[in-house]
Amino acid sequence: MSNSYLSPYSRFFQSDLTIGLRHHPVAFVSLVIFAILCLLAAFAPLLAPFDPFDTTQIDILNSERPPFWAEGAEPAFLFGTDDQGRDMWSIMLYGLRLSLIIGLGAVLVQTLIGVSIGLISGYVGGRVDSLLMRLADIQLSFSTLMIAIVFLALTQVVGGRAFFAQYAPFLLIVIIGLAEWPQYARTVRATVLAEKQKEYVDAARIMGFGPVRIMVRHILPNSLASIFVISTIQIANAIIAEASLSFLGLGMPIAYPSLGSLIASGFDYLFSGSWWITTLPALLLVVLILVVNLLGDWLRDSIAPQHVPEAG
Amino acid sequence: MALLSVQNLNVKFGGPFGAITAVNNVSFELQKGERLGIVGESGAGKSITGFAMMNLLNAPGFIDRGKVLFDGQDMVRLNERQLRKIRGNRMAMIFQDPLVTLNPVLTIGQQMVETLMAHRRLRQDEAEFIAIQKLREVYISAPESRLGQYPHELSGGMRQRVIIAIALLLDPDLIIADEPTTALDVTTQADILELLLHLCMANNVGLILITHDLGVVCQLTERVMVMYAGEVVETGKTREVINDPQHPYTQGLISALPQQTLPGTPLKSIAGYMPSLLSLPEGCPFHPRCAYASPECTRERPSLVQYRDASVACHEVNRLHQETLVE
Amino acid sequence: MIIYLAKRFIQALLVLAVISLIGFTVQDNLAFQQGLNAGSAAAYNVETDAGFLTKYFQFVSGAIQGDLGTSSFFKEPALTVILKKMPATLELIFAAAVLVGIFSVPLGIFTALYPHHTISRLILSVSVLGLSVPVFVTSILLIYLFSVTWNILPSFGRGDVVPIVGYWETNFASWDGLKHIVLPAFALASVMLPLFVRLIRAEMRQVLKSEYVKYARARGLSPWRIYFVHALKNTLLPVVTVGGVQIGTLVAYTILAETVFQWPGMGFMFLEAVNRGDAPLIVAYLMVVGAIFVVLNTIVDVLYSAINPTVNLARMAA
Repeated sequence: MSNSYLSPYSRFFQSDLTIGLRHHPVAFVSLVIFAILCLLAAFAPLLAPFDPFDTTQIDILNSERPPFWAEGAEPAFLFGTDDQGRDMWSIMLYGLRLSLIIGLGAVLVQTLIGVSIGLISGYVGGRVDSLLMRLADIQLSFSTLMIAIVFLALTQVVGGRAFFAQYAPFLLIVIIGLAEWPQYARTVRATVLAEKQKEYVDAARIMGFGPVRIMVRHILPNSLASIFVISTIQIANAIIAEASLSFLGLGMPIAYPSLGSLIASGFDYLFSGSWWITTLPALLLVVLILVVNLLGDWLRDSIAPQHVPEAG
Repeated sequence: MALLSVQNLNVKFGGPFGAITAVNNVSFELQKGERLGIVGESGAGKSITGFAMMNLLNAPGFIDRGKVLFDGQDMVRLNERQLRKIRGNRMAMIFQDPLVTLNPVLTIGQQMVETLMAHRRLRQDEAEFIAIQKLREVYISAPESRLGQYPHELSGGMRQRVIIAIALLLDPDLIIADEPTTALDVTTQADILELLLHLCMANNVGLILITHDLGVVCQLTERVMVMYAGEVVETGKTREVINDPQHPYTQGLISALPQQTLPGTPLKSIAGYMPSLLSLPEGCPFHPRCAYASPECTRERPSLVQYRDASVACHEVNRLHQETLVE
Repeated sequence: MIIYLAKRFIQALLVLAVISLIGFTVQDNLAFQQGLNAGSAAAYNVETDAGFLTKYFQFVSGAIQGDLGTSSFFKEPALTVILKKMPATLELIFAAAVLVGIFSVPLGIFTALYPHHTISRLILSVSVLGLSVPVFVTSILLIYLFSVTWNILPSFGRGDVVPIVGYWETNFASWDGLKHIVLPAFALASVMLPLFVRLIRAEMRQVLKSEYVKYARARGLSPWRIYFVHALKNTLLPVVTVGGVQIGTLVAYTILAETVFQWPGMGFMFLEAVNRGDAPLIVAYLMVVGAIFVVLNTIVDVLYSAINPTVNLARMAA
């Protein structure tokens, strides 16, 4: 094999993923859509025709305008307006932005905590290991969403609504991040246990390298692929969690809506015929989660065989 | 008529880079009650040949050409329903690793009874009675209480005895044993082999023993077939092949046996490795490792020819024999 | 075996202790705040003089005797309020679980046996979609289609319920009750189903590659027996554990589904309590649901080791 002398990091990025993408149209389309959504979110302030946070731009007389293809549409509002007269397209862009930031932020927190605990648990072993893994079991049995719901509800009740609204994005990132560490910790721990027994780790130890260096430089690269796959699926889960919490009124407030809180605020108008206020953000949310999930599935299928040594 | 007659069997594995031939043009016969050994290194195609006898190849493996006539019926052409009537009933199989062969969540009794019920109309208690009888035949103590036990409660040797008992349940005509003792420790190996030999002889059951161990073949079988890279390189009476091997590969195998070497001298081995089936050399597949290879060997594939009492696939067998005589 | 059970029991107690500690802290904090708001801080201060531990033990002993405080909105014991709402939630979970059970096993097996069949591809595509649609979006979609557009199924509440025993009123005894439970049950099932179909499929495919399945074929067993006895039994073992873990997720999803369908169960009650700031009820809900989780998870764990003969309980206890 020509790339056998590359470091594990570069081998990971030079793997045949790019080649596989061409043979997998679903994954390719998903990637393109995901990239477009990310760009829309990143440039939301530039792309949105209205600033939904600027009250002077909102006119309640413009409320509940249907999208452009329906009767009674106002050309200024491409996808209509919501119950407060805000431009749907603009608030959806901002909502997408918030959903993505919270989703990615939460996954970043998860990865940091989970990988650290996994490394420590696997490397130290013994009582520390069994305690941490027992904690992981217990944590998993309570489900992220349940922990987040309870925690956020209590924060809201104890801290008050104003306090809550102020720190909502931060709280969401932290709580969704905290609640999902076991996934990473377990995977990383398994890799550490497998790699720890190999000679090169002994060799590194004899050469006098400290445990942190051994873990980061030698052991961690071996779990990169799994971390990558888990992260993709976790982004989808984090976005779902955020949307669900916001829908329940335990996440982003209506004034600074994520996609979930938009759907919640539009739900009441479903029965009165203004279906677009809830349906359009719901559609955007589903597309976002779907493409991330499809990418995750494809990554899992195409990365997994790498771990299997080639025959012959 | 022979109990089993294999004619020009070809097994291939379909892959992304086209099909690979894993078993190439293998033919042999087995009479009722006869015991045949198939010897070779791992990857020589011997296990695949064994599974092909039962027409039980897992995808992507498939029988490309050839016939497997069992009692006149071609196993290759039978449908699943007809095959099921033969499998486990007239032709039984013993797998390599008793630790993973039995289903871990079903008791010994359940797995024995279901095998009987699949082939005969029996009541539960009748089936259990037969099961206990067979467990007794393989010298398992307290067979009645074993029926309720799960596989993991038994030792490896015990489990292989249970598997032998299951193979004998329906009084088959032929047992195919694929490396039956490889996964066991040495002391247990001898017991299991002796038991297998005894039961085959007592019940006049044919045996195809697939192994990499020439010693085992010597002990159990009447005839032997040596395979290399999916092909038969030599076949004949076991005693004669062992005492007077014709093919250079067989000679290498035998001289590599520990008892052939004087104490204190290093073990002999055949230089090199068996080629990957993906990149078989042209001509005789053994020629890159063969000390006697001639230009002809690199060009043309030798076919099995009668030489003395054995059949040998080697271009140089005459020259080879003269040289050994001179020595 | 006994050591394992004891260890598992101690763990359950520890988790319960942590939950009660959280519940107590919240209650203590809120009681103080509300005392301040009501201007009766003086009355509360008398009690605050008691030590933290003393008050905690009072709280726990009260909880064990079923006294979880009085709901400030309902003016009833919080536990009674929860018990009245519980049957609605349990019936909803039951209906969803039945749907998941009925559909996941055959669909999972089919997709494992015929991975390249068009129907399998369709099932798997739909399951990715199902995983990607949050439960409240599914609920909204179902309401939009079946209630708003076609007007064939009711969109909120339990409808006519028939009392059975105590606080238990059932949806399954009247036509109207059944009609009301259809949409929420399907919404809940729609998120759990894809997960289980994919899980069963993955496990089944793994099992079908095993030596013992090949050995079962070599013994001439019928495909029916191989798939449904040999393979399925080994497939369902990991499914049971995942099912245990998913109980928590299911309860969380119930809160979402109950909110959309205004289903008068525990989840809907909890959110209303949060909105009303009904502290005793929130704490009581936390305690009850926490206890249910712990008990169910312990049962699932013990059950798993009981079904799986290869799990050596003595070794697990070590």
